Amino acid sequence: MSALSVPLRRSEARRVRFPGAAPAGALSVAYLSLVVLIPLAAVAATGMEDGVDGFWEAVTKPQALSALKLTLLVSLAVAAINAVAGTLIAWVLVRDDFRGKGFVNALIDLPFALPTIVAGLTLLALYGKGSPVGINVAFTQIGVALALLFVTLPFVVRAVQPVLIELDPEVEEAGASLGAKPLTVFRRIIFPAIRPAMLAGVALAFGRALGEFGSVVLISGNLPNKTEVASVYIFGLIELGDKQAAAAVSVVLLAASLLLLTTIAALSRKGARP
Amino acid sequence: MTPRLALRGTALLYLAALLVLPVGLVLFRASEKGLAPVVDSLTTPQGMHAFYLTSIVVAIAVPLNTIFGVATSLLIVRTKLPGRKLIDSVIDLPFAVSPVVIGLSLVLVYGNDGFLGGPLSDAGLKIIFSTPGIILATVFVSLPFVVREVSPVLREIGTEQEEAAGTLGASPWQTFRRITLPAIRPAVGYGVVLTTARALGEYGAVSVVSGKFSGRTETATLFVEDRFQSFDLTGAYAAAIVLALMAVAVLVGMNLLDRNRRLRHGN
Repeated sequence: MSALSVPLRRSEARRVRFPGAAPAGALSVAYLSLVVLIPLAAVAATGMEDGVDGFWEAVTKPQALSALKLTLLVSLAVAAINAVAGTLIAWVLVRDDFRGKGFVNALIDLPFALPTIVAGLTLLALYGKGSPVGINVAFTQIGVALALLFVTLPFVVRAVQPVLIELDPEVEEAGASLGAKPLTVFRRIIFPAIRPAMLAGVALAFGRALGEFGSVVLISGNLPNKTEVASVYIFGLIELGDKQAAAAVSVVLLAASLLLLTTIAALSRKGARP
Repeated sequence: MTPRLALRGTALLYLAALLVLPVGLVLFRASEKGLAPVVDSLTTPQGMHAFYLTSIVVAIAVPLNTIFGVATSLLIVRTKLPGRKLIDSVIDLPFAVSPVVIGLSLVLVYGNDGFLGGPLSDAGLKIIFSTPGIILATVFVSLPFVVREVSPVLREIGTEQEEAAGTLGASPWQTFRRITLPAIRPAVGYGVVLTTARALGEYGAVSVVSGKFSGRTETATLFVEDRFQSFDLTGAYAAAIVLALMAVAVLVGMNLLDRNRRLRHGN
């Protein structure tokens, strides 16, 4: 980094330096409000339009409860698997060396680039009816988990990878040469360093899993009380024209997302601290 | 087998089972009867219209979000406008909200009985179940990318050079064009690539607002689903492959831009 980019004092960096900043700010707020904020507020308002009782009735219907419960449990399982698999992949990409590593590294972003409906279709081709490997998880909860694992793969890998790159391998080698077993080195040296990043990645993966729709919709078969996740249940309510119930269940998902956003912000503040 | 090899093997096996084999199988299935059936199903009027609609949506949503993204980043990082912190904290919302909820939120406001959709439809502008609604949904889901890429770079480059230019008599517009824009250009490029990928591939939110009228409001991703539900696997795989190839192009673009960015930062 060059000597020119010394961070400035706050007061200097935050000066209004563009004429027309105020009208541009107003336009920016209007855009954000029209596209994002007003519509999301409308979801909350519609969810509550029949009062708290109406909201409660919509979210405690057996089918709604079962969809929310499945969403929560599968998302937790997927987040946990990502914590392990994502960290492992990040470690292999940083500390290991083999031919084709650059390709594998580029591959990690594929789930972010691939449309979710295509992701679901490809999983169904290999792990659905008529599977060439004899595994059929279509219309099962395992199928739902598989779809969620596909779309959430990059979060933990991409969160942990830069931290591992910054972590000096000599510290690990010193630990090992002093007689620490590989597991001890991981537990005492690597894990404490990557923990904030890993948790942030896991939280992002969990949040994505809570709301995921496109990749799940084909492989889950949307069987009520069995494989129907919250987003698919909401979609069904919209198609039935029951906007109040759809909005009520959406409010539960929105509340979970907001809670998670706050947690992630807190975690990243903690991670930024030296 | 050494532990290192075991770890490498496990990681690669996981990636193969989850990513490589499924995507590879669809590539193989689509191409095993040659290119002719693929081309046939993509050149049906319905298929052509789906990809046409997707390109229209991308061509409108991506520039809108790019201009909004750069302007908003400047507002958040370089001004003291009241409310900038609030904007900064809600800008990530679209990433945290389920696509279906996004679709529902737009239907509630811009549908025929919505409080903005009602007057608009009286004025002859139909949003939901029509192209504007699909564009709106796409703008919503891909809104944060440019801001997320550009604002950290603006913070990092600081303001000395801009201030120096100002002291030397450059107008604010000259300063932006000659100093700020070249510095943030790689970040803008990266943000645009991510925005485009999301806009091309959005399914859930678009699915709610489009009404799925084949040949009218059906985008490429909705066409994939439509073909699959109609038991036309060849058509579904063909459209999926085109979308997957676009995704691969995006990946390559991301890697190239990322490399440029790293070179620029000198490490």
